Amino acid sequence: MIKIKNITKSFGNKLVLSEVSGVFEKGKPNLIIGASGTGKSVLLKCIVGLIRPDHGQVFYDGRDFYDSDRVTRIEVRREMGMLFQGGALFDSKTVEENVRFPLDVLTKMTRPEKRDRVNFCLKRVGLENVNSKMPSEISGGMKKRVGIARAIVNNPNYLFCDEPNSGLDPQTSILIDELIQDISEDLDITTIVVTHDMNSVMGIGEKIMFIYKGRNVWVGNNRDITHSGVKELDDFVFANKVMNSLRNH
Amino acid sequence: MIKEIGKYFIFLGHLFINRETFKTYYKLILDECISIGLGSLFLVALVSTFMGAVTTVQTAFNMVSEFIPDYVISQVVREMIVLELAPTIIAVIYAGKVGSSMAGGLGTMRITEQIDALEVMGINSISYLVLPKIIASILMYPLLVIVAGVCGMLGGYLAGTLTGIISPNDYVYGLRTSYNEFTVVFALIKSVVFAFLVSSISSFRGYYTQGGALEVGVSTTQAVTTSVIAVLIADYLLAQLLLSK
Repeated sequence: MIKIKNITKSFGNKLVLSEVSGVFEKGKPNLIIGASGTGKSVLLKCIVGLIRPDHGQVFYDGRDFYDSDRVTRIEVRREMGMLFQGGALFDSKTVEENVRFPLDVLTKMTRPEKRDRVNFCLKRVGLENVNSKMPSEISGGMKKRVGIARAIVNNPNYLFCDEPNSGLDPQTSILIDELIQDISEDLDITTIVVTHDMNSVMGIGEKIMFIYKGRNVWVGNNRDITHSGVKELDDFVFANKVMNSLRNH
Repeated sequence: MIKEIGKYFIFLGHLFINRETFKTYYKLILDECISIGLGSLFLVALVSTFMGAVTTVQTAFNMVSEFIPDYVISQVVREMIVLELAPTIIAVIYAGKVGSSMAGGLGTMRITEQIDALEVMGINSISYLVLPKIIASILMYPLLVIVAGVCGMLGGYLAGTLTGIISPNDYVYGLRTSYNEFTVVFALIKSVVFAFLVSSISSFRGYYTQGGALEVGVSTTQAVTTSVIAVLIADYLLAQLLLSK
């Protein structure tokens, strides 16, 4: 479980996050949603420690990330896996080397053990026979899957996904969403997904935090989201004309 | 300016905390040595050969007195190449080739979130990415300077003897006359300092790239400019410290 408390972050005079608090539960995807520029990605980066918040705390199963010593922070970091918006695969390494990378650097596994683990993870994300391909030789959807395989290869306790569907077609997006949901449930890990894709929200949104102008204005799930009574959330959910006409009916 | 210098020293401090295992660095250092050393060998050899040739021709052109023996030409060529041309001019070329490549590579890794990916894994990205580059530079650049020195003197020999400026015997005699070993030691000290400056400054510029592809280009240019300025300042300071009487 990840708990955040009063996260505040400014860049210069611009307040990006203001006193954001919440709890992200284990075993299911926790979605952070909101329009572009509302501070979702900044919040995610504050949670994983890539951006230090001005104020606030982040607790990983009770461990205060920012108040811990360096060794504890590294320990927590080594329990994380992250899927970046563009995949963030290492260009100079093959798919197999990319997925194996955390094992090479962070574990003392033998070569056959690593190979088995890499093949297991690639199979888990539905990729086979791509081990020797370079990132430039695979599609966007495959890059995301390789990114997920790399994120889970070291058995993380926490999985973070930044806009996992950006740039993907609707069918591939659904596959990626389902994969994230399955992995969260199967591995019983705490997963946080940042998205503004309504298909994802309706598909896997078992726990949703809505961010508006840097504030956490609503928490709920995909069954409640259409009748939240929060104007800002309604404007976001029903921005699409089709959704809006469905609401009116 | 002061803030940037402070940031640079903090960056250097991060090289040595939370390092990975020696085995991890060993492979990375070897890869960097191949890329830096072998990758620069042809250019360094070519530039230094022509530098030696031009230095010989120009020195001979300036020897207007009949009382100055011919072997003085190769003496001057030797001193110029060993003391200045091989370590310093090659450092400028090294900054342009290797420094820009380091800054461009790290800048691209930054804007494509590859550095963030390392950080999230709990890996000290500065230490993992930059330390091998600096160590490989410090190992390979002195070797490149030695190659440059040899090629420079060989270039001078070819230009001098093939055009009849100086006889082969005079050229070799000049190279061996009044030889002071300390000049070679001095050149190697300079090469280690320059290698550190070029690799660390270029990595620093690349690592802190912000923005997109355009900014990677800007970082690369800044890396070369700043490295060259640092090399020239260090060149003067080292000469003042180690050569002044």
